[in-house]
Amino acid sequence: MRTFLILTVDGLTNGFIYALVALALVMIWRATRVINYAQGAMAMFTTYIALFLITHGVTYWLAFVITLGAGFALGSVTERVLVRPVEGRPALNMVILSLGLLIFLEALAPMLFGGQVKSFPAPFSRIDLTVGSTVLYVSPFDIFIVGAVLAVMLLLTLFFQRTTIGLSMRAAALRPEIARLLGVRVGNMLTIGWGLAAMLGALAGLLISPAIFLYPNNMDEVLVFGFIGAILGGLESPSGAVIGAVVVGLALSYVGGYIGSDLETIGGLVILIAVLMVRPQGLFARGQQRRA
Amino acid sequence: MNTLARHGLFFVAAAAVLVVVTYQVDEFTNYNIAGVAIFVIAAAGLTVLVGINGQLSLGHGALMAVGAYTTSLLLKAQPQTPLIATLLAAVITTGVAGAIIGVAAARLRGPYLAGATLALAVGLPQIATHFGSLFGGNQGLPVAPLSPPAFLGSDFSSNRWLAWVALLAALITLFLLANLVRSATGRRMRLVHDDETAARLAGIDVERTQVLAFIISAACAGLAGSLLAYQLGITSPTGFNLQLSLQLLSAIVIGGLGSLSGAVWGSILLVILPLKISDLAGNLNLSSDVANNLPLAVYGAVLVIAMLAFPRGIQGALLRIVGLARRAIRTIGPRPQASSPS
Repeated sequence: MRTFLILTVDGLTNGFIYALVALALVMIWRATRVINYAQGAMAMFTTYIALFLITHGVTYWLAFVITLGAGFALGSVTERVLVRPVEGRPALNMVILSLGLLIFLEALAPMLFGGQVKSFPAPFSRIDLTVGSTVLYVSPFDIFIVGAVLAVMLLLTLFFQRTTIGLSMRAAALRPEIARLLGVRVGNMLTIGWGLAAMLGALAGLLISPAIFLYPNNMDEVLVFGFIGAILGGLESPSGAVIGAVVVGLALSYVGGYIGSDLETIGGLVILIAVLMVRPQGLFARGQQRRA
Repeated sequence: MNTLARHGLFFVAAAAVLVVVTYQVDEFTNYNIAGVAIFVIAAAGLTVLVGINGQLSLGHGALMAVGAYTTSLLLKAQPQTPLIATLLAAVITTGVAGAIIGVAAARLRGPYLAGATLALAVGLPQIATHFGSLFGGNQGLPVAPLSPPAFLGSDFSSNRWLAWVALLAALITLFLLANLVRSATGRRMRLVHDDETAARLAGIDVERTQVLAFIISAACAGLAGSLLAYQLGITSPTGFNLQLSLQLLSAIVIGGLGSLSGAVWGSILLVILPLKISDLAGNLNLSSDVANNLPLAVYGAVLVIAMLAFPRGIQGALLRIVGLARRAIRTIGPRPQASSPS
């Protein structure tokens, strides 16, 4: 029972972080029909910026805010400079472009910040809470992770459902031509979408790096697990992506804990293939997403 | 002259030129020639899958690992196994693995296929780590280097022999694939890529064509992986990481997607470029963090810039240059009689 509790808490917190990456991927997929493979690398890079600020005397929370802003900037610049010129070209070109960006950022980070593995601070204690003499297996930082991710999801939902700009963004993603006719600046909406997605990634980087340390490809597996979560959810549905990512987090935690920690990724692969064999368009995709 | 004879002649000529080259260059260059040839085999196979048949694979590095481990395990059990047997065994096991993956892949499209193969690339090498007693864990399995046969003389360098074997394997692979893509099977693969519905209406079994493309391309990856095991002298999970899969894919897109010559250009570029940049970085007296990562940074930047500036890759750029040159010659040269003013 003790093992089960520890694994569940572990899986849930990781799953919520994967959910951020999955949400970011889904957001970009819905807006531009592109999978941004550099999502993880961009998050790694902004985490390095955060560490640079913190080691140079900036307080954690100021660095936290600046990093989210840097994520937004990195995402929107990427959309403007790299993604827009490739629009309308074969889909594979965009795949290679984002892989190129991934490789470039993972090489640039150690050139700028040094290549050795670094520890990254957590704003709250990572030691499990106790009530009297019973250990709860939940640390304040775990609570912060889950709370932060839930808050971000709530804010995103409000943003997309209740604000004009959110409505414009949904219109631009769903029916670009009609949105344009109605006066929505579709190009700007895509830029904001990429910025927001990169901001989610930056948050994921800040939340997971205390546990997995900071090094140039520390987000590779996070990206893969987030991607698996997004695919399980069907790529079209934000809530599906969150559920998919949490399922992945839990499943990997159980596989790692009960079978062997070096089989985690294989476990993810098996789940993914099993689900896709039954439903090739993911669990929550509505209607016919693919023809023929 | 028919296609078969034309391709045959071309590849015999290429083989003759390459043999002469291997006598002119030093040991290290021969080692790198072998590296390019191995890369060409895997990239050409991936071209059939991605460029011709339109199925994206981010996991071919894992298939190369299957080939490499087959060879290494065979040599561990039977150190005297002849080269041709280990290569064929690698091709067959990887082909079978490709068939299994291909059946699953035929149901998936676009990002779903990309995600599944990505998970394969990251996950499969972990099997080698988990079953350490069989696969040698993270240390990997050692593979004895290829020794040249006795009739070539005792002073024949082993790197030149490695280059010969890899080049011969690459040329045979290219010859077979070049004929395949021009055959009826090749045309069916193209049609499945261009318009799946039209292919179905024309009576083509889409799933079968897709699985076949996966088997062929996996077999090529297996051959390349087996040769890579001989070249590196060790088969370990770290040698077959995600980077390898991504490099293969970028090689064929940089080279020019859909053409086998593009796969060759891309492979040459992706093996030679990092070496040249490393040399350069070594001469520039940079700090080790910068020098070690400069080749990767340049490689990433090249991928990005190539996709922005040369969306059709090297082969596309070459064809354009040739086209422009032809037009230039035509305008400079005497005006053809047919173009009378209308």
